[in-house]
Amino acid sequence: MTLIDLQLALPEIFVLSMTCILLLADLFIPAHRRGLTHLLAMLTLIFSAILTVRLMMPAGQEALAFSGTFIRDRFGDILKIFSYLTLAAVFVYAKHYLRQFDLLKGEFYSLSLFALLGIMVMISAGSMLTLYLGLELLALATYALVAFNRESLPGSEAAMKYFILGSLASGLLLYGMSLLYGATGTLALAEIGQSLELSTTGSGLMLTFGLVFVVVGIAFKLGVVPMHMWVPDVYHGAPLAATLFIATVPKIAGLALVIRMLDDGLSGLHGDWQMMVAVLAALSLLLGNLAAIAQTNIKRMLAYSTISHMGFMLLGILAGTPDGYASAMFYTLAYVIMSAGAFAVVIMVSTPDHEAQEIDDFKGLARRNPWQAFLMLMLMFSLAGIPVFLGFFAKWQVIAATINAGFTNLAILAVMTAVVGAFYYLRVVKVMYFDEPETEQAIAVPYDFKALLSANGLAVLALGLFSGGLIELCISAFLTG
Amino acid sequence: MPIIEIVFYLFGAVLIASALSVVTVGNPVYAVLFLVLSFFSAACIWLLLQAEFLAIVLVLVYVGAVMVLFLFVVMMLDVDGEQRRLQIGRYLPVGFLVAVAMAAQLFVLIWTQGLELQAMPEPYPESFSHTRALGELLYTDYLYAFEVAAILLLVAIIAAIALTHRRRPKTRYQDPSDQVKITKGERVRLVSMASERETSEARGGNGDKS
Repeated sequence: MTLIDLQLALPEIFVLSMTCILLLADLFIPAHRRGLTHLLAMLTLIFSAILTVRLMMPAGQEALAFSGTFIRDRFGDILKIFSYLTLAAVFVYAKHYLRQFDLLKGEFYSLSLFALLGIMVMISAGSMLTLYLGLELLALATYALVAFNRESLPGSEAAMKYFILGSLASGLLLYGMSLLYGATGTLALAEIGQSLELSTTGSGLMLTFGLVFVVVGIAFKLGVVPMHMWVPDVYHGAPLAATLFIATVPKIAGLALVIRMLDDGLSGLHGDWQMMVAVLAALSLLLGNLAAIAQTNIKRMLAYSTISHMGFMLLGILAGTPDGYASAMFYTLAYVIMSAGAFAVVIMVSTPDHEAQEIDDFKGLARRNPWQAFLMLMLMFSLAGIPVFLGFFAKWQVIAATINAGFTNLAILAVMTAVVGAFYYLRVVKVMYFDEPETEQAIAVPYDFKALLSANGLAVLALGLFSGGLIELCISAFLTG
Repeated sequence: MPIIEIVFYLFGAVLIASALSVVTVGNPVYAVLFLVLSFFSAACIWLLLQAEFLAIVLVLVYVGAVMVLFLFVVMMLDVDGEQRRLQIGRYLPVGFLVAVAMAAQLFVLIWTQGLELQAMPEPYPESFSHTRALGELLYTDYLYAFEVAAILLLVAIIAAIALTHRRRPKTRYQDPSDQVKITKGERVRLVSMASERETSEARGGNGDKS
């Protein structure tokens, strides 16, 4: 280890140190001044973002540190910056919710920041060991976040389900990794890639077995069919602040897991995993969109929508080309922005005596809070993939990549299920605009919440109109120097 | 016979004897203590193989921590050994099946791999230390993973505390400063009442019963 190694890992070291400081400082902050903890967490994220932007790797270059267990490249830097910003947005939205439900505690911030650290470790993982450790760090913090409201029975139930299924998936992933280690004799992803390229025997039985277990583990962590069972229950049972977190930042980690594992490590087995990923994507698109129609609970509806969106994201992976990966990355980032906004509106509609659960809670929102209802309308249109919004361009890129990979049937299926999906997004719009509200009273929300929600909703429109910049950014992440 | 073989057979015999005792003794506390003995003998055999780090860790972690926990649990639960012994017949078929399966696995392994005597590996030089070798690897090549694993443990602590530590409204707490500051007047209440008098009703009630 040298000083250069430490320099490369500076963002991680900064986040870790600040989280530990926050953890200690929170003990001395009295309960009524919890805003200070929030401020400290926000400052951590903002400075990490500045640090990472300033140290950003140029396109096509990568640097290894800590004997190859850590990798710095442009792809990782972009994902990290998006993770900071998304988590900052989550904190602003969550604060309003936590304060209302008397859950505003320092542990929410420290656990979320540790989860972020896990995501960063995953994004920068150069070996299967660090990839797995980062995943566990993220998962452990998330289990605790789901159980954060100890008084809530559904919350504890969701945390239990998530914990048991999550450990099972981690076990499967670890078993797959151990088989890959047995077949190639190395943990480093780059070396696995090389040994697969050099091997003339093709994919041996052990490699294929390892691959299957790894894909199953990844599928669980992404929540795609048939490993999706936990998604609706966890989204439903968790306190909204935790749901908002799970629905956004870990998706970026999921993408990193897929790219690091399947591209960096197992690109030599592309022919083997392509069909597996295609099946996962097709099933997720079908089941996610069809099951979402039947939901009356907004959290469950958005959970099934997540499943379908993750299926869409996998379509971009199929091709196994830099363009395909870039489209998957674009899709993930777009989804995270839209999902954060949608859950923020759900948080807004929740009041201390009544956590918004049902789609009916949105009745007549347009008469109560016209501007926020309009923002929700844009977010829903974007999630449905209606043109000029961000979601449309994300879907377009992915479908283009799918057709280029030769999976025209899958592309047709994707478009058809997207049309089916439009139904349940538009139903929310219909409920907001055409149903009679139970009260005319506008919902009061803090200014920072309002401002960020406006920015979030407008970003969906602006990034849709000027999607070129974000697409360029994603493509630059996969340039090879 | 060289001394190393004598020592090996000695510890090996103790290991097997104590392992057998674990399953045969009736008292669960004795069983746990025999398990401690068998772990300890195994650690000694590892020392003979110059795996001193593993031996120390086995003693520290298993004997020192895990087995003490076992003892706690055994002493807290009221395990009735005699009762268990009566029910042993119920589990006999399952146990028999497991035993047959394990024996078959062993047989297949020996059948395919053979059971030739392996030569004793060359002893390491005296200056060699497994602890040092492991430490060097852990703090150079695997430093990053090691640190992340440490953070993982920290998160486990925070999560456990965040989920379990709470002040329930009904729980009663002692407040030492209140206890010290208390005055006689608050504790003792002097009631002035008339001097002792025979209670005829109580007497009469007792008399009725008898």
